[in-house]
Amino acid sequence: MVVIAERAPRERSSLLTDPRVRSILIQAVLLVFVVGLGWYFVENARANLAAQRIATGFGFLNVTAGFGVSQALIPYSETSTYGRAFVVGLLNTLLVSGLGIVFATVFGFLLGIARLSKNWLIAKIAEVYVEVIRNLPLLFQIMFWYLAVLATLPTPRGSFSFFGLAFVNNRGLVVPEPVINEGSGTIGIAFLAGVVLAVIVRYWARWRQLRTGQIFPTGRTALTLILGLPLLVYLILGAPIRFELPELKGLNFATGIRILPEFLALLLALSTYTAGFIAEIVRAGILAVNKGQTEAAYSLGLPPGLTLRLVVVPQALRVIIPPLTSQYLNLTKNSSLAVAIGYPDFFALFAGTTLNQTGQAIEIIALTMAVYLAISLFTSALMNFYNRRVALVER
Amino acid sequence: MRFVSTLVLVAGLSVLVSSASAATLDQVKQKGFIQCGVSQGITGFSNPDDKGNWTGLDVDFCRALAAAIFNDPQKVKFTPLSTKDRFTALQSGEVDLLSRNTTWTLDRDTKMGLNFAGIIYYDGQALMVKKSMKVNSSLELSGASICTQTGTTTELNIADYFRNNKMKYEVVAFATADETLKTYESGRCDVFTTDASQLYAQKLKLAKPDEHMILPEIISKEPLGPLVRHGDDQWFDIVKWTLYALINAEELGITQSNVDEMMKSSSPEVRRVLGVEGAFGESLGLANDWVVHIIKAVGNYGEVFERNVGVNSPLKIERGLNRLWSKGGIQYAPPIR
Repeated sequence: MVVIAERAPRERSSLLTDPRVRSILIQAVLLVFVVGLGWYFVENARANLAAQRIATGFGFLNVTAGFGVSQALIPYSETSTYGRAFVVGLLNTLLVSGLGIVFATVFGFLLGIARLSKNWLIAKIAEVYVEVIRNLPLLFQIMFWYLAVLATLPTPRGSFSFFGLAFVNNRGLVVPEPVINEGSGTIGIAFLAGVVLAVIVRYWARWRQLRTGQIFPTGRTALTLILGLPLLVYLILGAPIRFELPELKGLNFATGIRILPEFLALLLALSTYTAGFIAEIVRAGILAVNKGQTEAAYSLGLPPGLTLRLVVVPQALRVIIPPLTSQYLNLTKNSSLAVAIGYPDFFALFAGTTLNQTGQAIEIIALTMAVYLAISLFTSALMNFYNRRVALVER
Repeated sequence: MRFVSTLVLVAGLSVLVSSASAATLDQVKQKGFIQCGVSQGITGFSNPDDKGNWTGLDVDFCRALAAAIFNDPQKVKFTPLSTKDRFTALQSGEVDLLSRNTTWTLDRDTKMGLNFAGIIYYDGQALMVKKSMKVNSSLELSGASICTQTGTTTELNIADYFRNNKMKYEVVAFATADETLKTYESGRCDVFTTDASQLYAQKLKLAKPDEHMILPEIISKEPLGPLVRHGDDQWFDIVKWTLYALINAEELGITQSNVDEMMKSSSPEVRRVLGVEGAFGESLGLANDWVVHIIKAVGNYGEVFERNVGVNSPLKIERGLNRLWSKGGIQYAPPIR
């Protein structure tokens, strides 16, 4: 626009024919119109709500909610406020989306690589999986896991037992609950120390390899440090964390941590469904890497595994990351289908139960939109940051 | 989908140019029918039959209203609404009234900007369990998983009840009645809970109704009634007095079959109700023989009750509290005079 204005002949016959003035004028008129329309909607809604004497404002967030929630990551009871229910729902959504993204990524990468396998059977199985999963509605898959798989499990009294440690029944998966005693903090410190040491070892190994060409088994060492150190401290301190085994009492298990079937069904459906899409993105990304790159790596004597890890995948990531971001956003938004199977996610708990108990539709829908927008923008920002790291550096 | 529908409702709420306070009666007359919000299918209350005709107690109330206004019980269109969407639909003007087994509470009457027009059915919340659980009382249910519908008073009552009795519980809340029932049937929950009347209706939908039982405790008061928006007193009056007309007609012995004869009655009360004397219909903005239209269309309250939910209907519900005050119940209507 600026370029055009500079090139234009500067005849000042009329201000209206000056393209620069005209464009500012048009934009100003448009801005006034948009702001005016927005103001009209807000004012109109406010006047109508006042005329019907419907409560407005965000004061309801401090009012006692009075309903129970089946899964809360922070302490929550019927006497908690709607504001707390908001947080409970948000955390539930973040939990299922976060885990879903991790599982879908791992499973999707494996599937994508399997589709390109030279083994005919593996490639075909992966292809059939991708085609079936991608072409069935997600809601159907959620219902399938919930009603056709998990609901057919036995009742708590007839649970499947895994060596008496964990139990599976139609009320979910029950695992031993850690009871944390004094001194457990040291274990956490040991874990952090393990992570820090692993990072140091990695840099040292790289430095040594660049200097001498000797390869150090970084992966195994890191794993030993991260898991071994806390375990060692745990044993030295005389096992301060005890595990309380699940125990059947009355209608259900009274002790142990129970993972809800609603959560399991949603997590399974979201990760397997999204993995199908990720597999295709990964396949496309790998195929986008020139065959010459692989051949060059082989001719240098790199084994296939290392070729994939050091030559193909880093280049493929440049193609993979942008569409992968969309899949992550889709997965997070799709988690709102939880409402169909009664998992108390943000949408079900806030835009569902809370909206109905308070009746304040406008405030609640606005907050809901803001929350999903914030989650999506945050995810995009993270992925864009990572994308810049892996993008082709032009020198 | 639900999100979209909620959004549309919210958009409607913000755009409707103060039509909410404009005269609903004029709007209804202009479009030629009443838009009545009902449930998504509860036998006996509001349920489409195999030909797609809506039937039930709540449906008949809307038909009575149509008869009072248009002298034609068919001039009503039904909008099935989930518990979750019902209030927004009424607030935004998508429906003219809700006749949808909705419990009268203070919050709904005030903060939500709604007016309850009376009580058409005195209900209470009950719990259904499998007989094989060998439970005889709600007090033996500590640790139970409970399936219920989201956005209901039921959800709040169950929290109160278990908290009050210091029992543990887990609530699994669904958006629609069908999902709730299906999940209960699959064995995910020990208990299915809702208003007792609906519980009888939903029990009939189970594959093996005989394997389930309704526990004797009624854990709450659930006065159900039709409701309208704040801000239109005339419409509120019409809905309210249509309900009272049904109850008064039963008290005076006016039925669908004898209404023509009753017009010749010498009883001043009957003559007033049927519009032979006075101009009570006009005060409401209706024809003076509005009650005659209502009774010819659907019958009196007792007839409506018996036809839809009474002992001769599939639901087999006793009148109980819903008997007239003069017959041991608490149904009582102010006089038409």
